Amino acid sequence: MSAAGATAGPVLRIEGLSVHSAGGVALVEDVSFELARGEVLGLIGESGAGKSTIGLAALGFARGGCRITAGRILLGGTDLRLLDAEGLRRVRGRRAAYVAQSAAAAFDPAMRLIDQICEGPIRHGLMSRRAAEERAIADFRALDLPNPATFGQRYAHQVSGGQLQRAMAVMAMACGPELLVLDEPTTALDVTTQIEVLAHLKKLIAGSGTAALYISHDLAVVAQIADRLLVLRHGKPVETGSTADLLTRPQTAYARALVAERAGVALAATASAAAPSAAAPVAAASPAALLEVRGLGVHYGRQAAVSDASFTLAPGETLAVIGESGSGKTSLGYAVCGLVPARTGSVSLAGVELAADYAQRSREQLRRLQLVFQLPDVALNPRQTIAAIVGRPVQFYFGMRGPALASRTSELLGLVGLDPAIAGRRPGELSGGQKQRVCIARALAAEPDVLVCDEVTAALDPLIAEEILQLQRRLQERLGLAYLFITHDLATVRRIAHRVLVLWRGRIVAQGATAEILAERRHPYVAKLCAAEPEMRPGWLEEALARRAGTEPSNEFQSAGGN
Amino acid sequence: MSRSAVVVAIILAAALFAPWLAPYGEAQFVGGVWDPPSVRHLLGTDNLGRDMLTRLIFGARNTVSIAGLATTLAVGLGVALGFLAAALGGWVDALVSRGVEILLSIPVLISALMVLAALGNSLAVLIATIGLLESTRVYTIARAIARTIVVREFVAAARLRGEGLVWVLAREILPNALPALAAETGLRFSFIFLFIASLSFLGLGIQPPAADWGSMVRENAPAINFGLIAPLYPATAIALLTIGVNRLVDRYLAAESRPGAA
Amino acid sequence: MRGLIAARVGMGFLTLAVISALLFFATDCLPGDVAAALLGPQATPEALATIRASLRLGEPAGLRYVHWLAAVLHGDFGRSLATGRSVVAMLRPRFQNTLALAGLAAIVAVPLALGLGVAAAMRAGGRLDRAVSTLCLLTISVPEFFIGYLLILLFSVQLGWLPSLAVLHGGMSLAQRLGAITLPTITLVLVVLAHMVRMTRAAILSVMSAPYIEMALLKGLTRGSLVLRHALPNAAAPIIAVVALNLGYLVVGVVVVEVVFVYPGAGQLMVDAVGKRDLPLVQACGLAFAATYVGLNLVADIVAMLVNPRLRRA
Repeated sequence: MSAAGATAGPVLRIEGLSVHSAGGVALVEDVSFELARGEVLGLIGESGAGKSTIGLAALGFARGGCRITAGRILLGGTDLRLLDAEGLRRVRGRRAAYVAQSAAAAFDPAMRLIDQICEGPIRHGLMSRRAAEERAIADFRALDLPNPATFGQRYAHQVSGGQLQRAMAVMAMACGPELLVLDEPTTALDVTTQIEVLAHLKKLIAGSGTAALYISHDLAVVAQIADRLLVLRHGKPVETGSTADLLTRPQTAYARALVAERAGVALAATASAAAPSAAAPVAAASPAALLEVRGLGVHYGRQAAVSDASFTLAPGETLAVIGESGSGKTSLGYAVCGLVPARTGSVSLAGVELAADYAQRSREQLRRLQLVFQLPDVALNPRQTIAAIVGRPVQFYFGMRGPALASRTSELLGLVGLDPAIAGRRPGELSGGQKQRVCIARALAAEPDVLVCDEVTAALDPLIAEEILQLQRRLQERLGLAYLFITHDLATVRRIAHRVLVLWRGRIVAQGATAEILAERRHPYVAKLCAAEPEMRPGWLEEALARRAGTEPSNEFQSAGGN
Repeated sequence: MSRSAVVVAIILAAALFAPWLAPYGEAQFVGGVWDPPSVRHLLGTDNLGRDMLTRLIFGARNTVSIAGLATTLAVGLGVALGFLAAALGGWVDALVSRGVEILLSIPVLISALMVLAALGNSLAVLIATIGLLESTRVYTIARAIARTIVVREFVAAARLRGEGLVWVLAREILPNALPALAAETGLRFSFIFLFIASLSFLGLGIQPPAADWGSMVRENAPAINFGLIAPLYPATAIALLTIGVNRLVDRYLAAESRPGAA
Repeated sequence: MRGLIAARVGMGFLTLAVISALLFFATDCLPGDVAAALLGPQATPEALATIRASLRLGEPAGLRYVHWLAAVLHGDFGRSLATGRSVVAMLRPRFQNTLALAGLAAIVAVPLALGLGVAAAMRAGGRLDRAVSTLCLLTISVPEFFIGYLLILLFSVQLGWLPSLAVLHGGMSLAQRLGAITLPTITLVLVVLAHMVRMTRAAILSVMSAPYIEMALLKGLTRGSLVLRHALPNAAAPIIAVVALNLGYLVVGVVVVEVVFVYPGAGQLMVDAVGKRDLPLVQACGLAFAATYVGLNLVADIVAMLVNPRLRRA
């Protein structure tokens, strides 16, 4: 069970690693680090930083046409680059194992879980089928999976996300490897599930003395599990050090920005700026309510996605709708826009009731209520130019043409912080952050009163997301926009929302001024949500788990999408 | 230009300019039966003593134009219905798709044979029948393509704006579907072309004395028994056109899927 | 599970019913007067009346369909307008010949195609793959009769190994029958092979690019283990769909091949009947082919359902 062939030297030693894509682009350049036995190294960076590439290289693997072009990869003294195909095959799974980001994609849908988990040790000739099964069941038990004796008999699609991720960890540890590479294992999970899986992973690693590479873009999560950190940017190393050091005293500007963004230093600034609705009227019984939703119910077939939702939104105000997957927040947003017709209840804009189906709303009503989507890649027509995309609403609603249209388009692009010269380009040529700005510009082109934002920063890197949030706040101040801001991230809520409403399984469980709701934590689910939000101090994880074990909330408030 | 493009261009030129390019008249008798190639008859003569080359050129015009018309009908109808079904969904989609499924469950040849038995094989019937039957295949592809596009949020954004159905179909969906549809049109043309040739070969397509590559194969088939390759001229012509079109489609698809394409 | 199968079978019967109606109305809606067209301008009024009565031309179309369907379900397809003989008696031996030819071609083509498709996919981009792909593209692009005549030219005329006409008659030995049927079979096999190889290759490639295959690679499994245990089981369903689709191509291809080789099968019979506008015969042939095709697709769908673990537990 302990790491095979324990050596005195480092388990993994990477020297001058470089990986290039098929087209010759450098994905990773000159990266070097060491990993001692039982140590966890966190690889931190934004998308495109090369973290996954390095993780895979530790197994001597490069994806889709990419090649490892330089450096030494020493796993317990063996240079993986010098091995032939058969040699690499013997190393993979046995001495070094990989835990993928998406467990659902990594498991064969046509094979039972237990068969796939035992496959590794059997094929590597390490143990008999029975021994492998017994060990797997023991691991299931250790990781708190339900019905450990029969859990393995299921297929991947019959098991929840959090359970599947733990099953993948069991599969990775099945051969007792020296090195474990964890590639964003909790990114796809809900916050409340994440905390459990994280704890189990930590226990697993500590118990077996395996060395681990933990890849993530979330500094707070990595801080809980890693002993040392390596910050990456564009494939190059930026800074490295022990977790405690890097979090308290980051040396480089980039590392400082990352730490600041996560630690909510900006939080302190925004807390005072978006101070408890002092400037904006608190909606409740205010007659100036712009958007009024009463008893809204959304159903898919017989399943109720949203039940009896009532709230108001005042002009110039930001109301955050927070919930985890399955809470119905997106359905709520779509129902307000009429994209998914609500079965019960009503939505009123400026006192006039809107039809449940957008097809029956007037053009003017549609204009005043705009929707911004989560994924800018699919929210923009790849065959249209930016000018066409942003200009169309102006043309459609206001009848502008020719030079007037062109100048208004440029104005809108400038408003969202984009260079008007990009008007001639197509979405495929822009970055994620730029595309999201275009989406916002398109929404603004209609000169709306209310903007419904559906997780608009979820798909963006943290630093870019921060910029978008600041943009939205500036626009709100300047244009008096009201936002219905749907999100799953508490930190975002704290930054920009005047008021918040918390959704759980389709029902609003708490509603009110942001600071109050999040501070008081009256409702058990709100408390759980707040408690699950990772903070960057090492040791937070243990505290959170201890708190949870102590309070032991009833099963009723387990999040819908979790265990 | 690639070889395929050259071959296809030559055949299309023959189809367009047949009366000016052909050395003799379409049904003109100029020599003995199955004369070997000579200076006056570059490919020899056919089973009735007509110039083979002339017959091939006029055959290009007849077969290609019939196939072209049928393809236009098939693609036009299939795309229109497919897009509507994808965009409207609900009972419209269910109804049309069920109907198409049933039509699809009969092999095209069998359906065509039956309709031709009933209605005779005038050109109009031929084009209408093949066009309608093949439109079911185009419908399936067009609907599948449109469905993947319709779920992308930019379509929802357009609808939420209040755009009408026609605008959504023409300006949001169609431009994104063009590459796949273009490829499908090319493939559909070559299927239809082969199909008409096969029907003519069976004696049920274009009727003599009009030149048509399929019936030319049938008429000249007995020559094989004498070791003469007369039927292979029209057969090879058919093969060249379909191979050429298929290869052009393949290359177009390869170019479209390379990263960097808009 | 059983419910799904029952539903699928029901759908099959419904499809056949609709097809029979389509067949009937398609072949029955002749412009002009059928009787006059059949008997010619010299027909006496009595003869015309007799024909009209026997064809039930006076009754509304719907009623005629019901009568026809009732007769069909009893195995009576009427009499051929050209020969006067019972349609069923004419069709049965021919259909048996067709099934023999198509069956033989299928038995040869399917394993060969699967093998080639898998081999080409495993070494995608390699020499074998490119050679196979080119050959398939060529074969698909040419009409069946082209391949047929080429083979005749080569094996029959030049080499004299095999007969060019597939004439079958009683009293032929098995070896003689096989000799006669060889070239038509090879032609059919080539036609269907190309389609199946291309589709199998595409199905395997699609499965091979799935993330769980990469995971299996990272677990250190051998290539063979990976293909056998992970790729093939997941490719089974799409490959079955491919085979079913191509059995459909077989149904169509067999008609042309029979005409090229003058093989006494149902395809040739149908083509002749269409030429003579012998409607009862055309209807019967059409229904026979359609039923075979629908039946094959039905079996394929059910097998696909049985193979898919997600549906097994549904």
